[in-house]
Amino acid sequence: MTWYFARRLAFAAFLVIAVSSASLVLARLAPGDFVTESAGTEISRQTLEQQRARYGLNKSLGEQYRDWLAAAARLDFGYSMQYGRPVRDLVPERAANTAILALAALVFATLIGLPLGIISGSRKSGVLPGMIRATSVVLLSMPPLLTSLFLLFIAARTGWLPIGGMHSAIVPPGGALADLLRHLVVPAAAVGLPLAAMLERLQSQAMSEVIGEPFVLATLSRGVPRSRIVWRGAFKAALRPVAAVYGLVIGTLLSGSFAVEVITTWPGLGNLMLQALRSRDVYLVAGCAGAGALFLACGTLLSDLALAVVDPRASETRAERA
Amino acid sequence: MSRTLGLVLVTFALLAAVAAPVLAPHATDAHFGGLLNAPPTVVHFADASGGWHAPFIYRWRLVSQLEQRYEEDLSTRVRLAWFSGGHVVQSSDEGAAPLLLLGADSYGRDVFTRLLFGARTSLGLAVTAALGALLIGATLGGLAGFAGGVFDDVLMRAADFVMVLPAIYVALALRAVLPLVLTASEVFGLLASIFAIVGAPFVARGVRAIVRSERRLDYAVAAEALGASDARLLFRHLLPSARGFMAVQMTLLIPAFIVAEATLSYVGLGFPDPIASWGTMLHDASSNIRVFADFPWLLSPAAAMFLVVLGVNLVLQNRRSEDVRHIGVRHTQRL
Repeated sequence: MTWYFARRLAFAAFLVIAVSSASLVLARLAPGDFVTESAGTEISRQTLEQQRARYGLNKSLGEQYRDWLAAAARLDFGYSMQYGRPVRDLVPERAANTAILALAALVFATLIGLPLGIISGSRKSGVLPGMIRATSVVLLSMPPLLTSLFLLFIAARTGWLPIGGMHSAIVPPGGALADLLRHLVVPAAAVGLPLAAMLERLQSQAMSEVIGEPFVLATLSRGVPRSRIVWRGAFKAALRPVAAVYGLVIGTLLSGSFAVEVITTWPGLGNLMLQALRSRDVYLVAGCAGAGALFLACGTLLSDLALAVVDPRASETRAERA
Repeated sequence: MSRTLGLVLVTFALLAAVAAPVLAPHATDAHFGGLLNAPPTVVHFADASGGWHAPFIYRWRLVSQLEQRYEEDLSTRVRLAWFSGGHVVQSSDEGAAPLLLLGADSYGRDVFTRLLFGARTSLGLAVTAALGALLIGATLGGLAGFAGGVFDDVLMRAADFVMVLPAIYVALALRAVLPLVLTASEVFGLLASIFAIVGAPFVARGVRAIVRSERRLDYAVAAEALGASDARLLFRHLLPSARGFMAVQMTLLIPAFIVAEATLSYVGLGFPDPIASWGTMLHDASSNIRVFADFPWLLSPAAAMFLVVLGVNLVLQNRRSEDVRHIGVRHTQRL
């Protein structure tokens, strides 16, 4: 068990280092650099070189990578040329915004998806399960890119919710938190709805399998009410395959939040990464990628842990396979 | 029932893409200067006084230049011209009253035409990339499953690693490494290769598992005993057993790639402007915040994308339910 987690931890560390290094190297290899991307047409060769030297872009790739790695070991991740701020200050701010969005979407999806999955999975036929199933199929065909456009359309048509951003320019009556929540509804629902549909389908399948097992029939025949079996016993038994998916969900959340952040102009990691890539802001690219990888690593670690608790077999079989 | 609906949707999309030059009333880059953001033209059968006619349209008259509001000019009826000039249907007065079935975009281009040609770009790219992913995935997965040992270990570790990463970020990073401005055909080739690489590990994992288990079966052992070479055993006997899996993967990858193209084009890293793809159309639409409230027809590529993905999902619904608990569902979600 300990050995298993040591391995998972090592993989997580490797993930963060490899991803941020690879993105630094990739961004550095790209044609053009920050100086050429940001400079106007009227700039002398000499000024160009001066600027490059200032940002450390005149070093060779190997040297630059070595220096960056050495500095990163001291938790100094370089300087964003575009924002003129250290990456260490800039990234956590934006990463927190993405985390708020992702967490809200996850809670939303869980609260909606799991109960609906239990309802649709515990009955074979009926109007309600049929409707739930149909809605899920429709929502599964709507990736976050489309849900966010659709929800923005509704928000703009009805005027109920703000269409983009994270805060209003002037704090409205009701306080900053209420304002944030109002802005959060559209992006969180855009990321959360397809996820809810996925969880609903998984829970529904797991449920219908468990419902068919002999122990359910046995409990029923002893006179335990059906609703109690469904919501207590069978629900717990069906949770395992769903719990296994939560580890993968963190990647889904990051991917989904990218499109949503860009469309709803949510100031998160995805937006920052996009800007950094476009302006060839190499250290910022590496910083964003590293932060994203950290999210991913934490997510997989947590889900491995949760899975091992729910189902002790997981850690053994996986360790053997690895 | 739902499967039939899915088939109808997919067939419809493919037909639209193939027959785009005939079905579309205009060229993709035809501008109608006086009709920026004009709403869809309505095809009428009855005029204002209640008299019935062959299908006709009214021309748009600009009511407010500032707000770009239009009104129908009820004074003259414009007939539709069927099967003329190589198009199925056009307005008989193209200059003054063009037929804009889904309105015009902010440059005054016909959205319906661009939607049809966009289907060519978007679906073409997705299908090409999916075929590429199958080719790379099946070859590597087949070899890994067949050879085993260190080769297998290294390859599968690498595949696992790529699969953990959010695919859209990988695609984004790979795309951003290359020059930001490229020609349309360069972008097509580039995006197809990037998507193929990102999608290949999903195929490789499954193919490897199938090849490994099939290899132990009697028919494979028999073929080997009869002196079949390794290549023959792998390509003629083992890989064909993964056909069903690959077909399902293909239908999982295509929707994911359609959405990925749209996402990349939306953020400005996809196709360059005059090219019509569903992503570039959304990109154009997004430049104007009023699109959501006032010009919703500019979002029609999103609707088209939804219908195609829904169609593919409906066709797959039953076959996928076996696959769903493994990695299936993640594709549409993650890319």
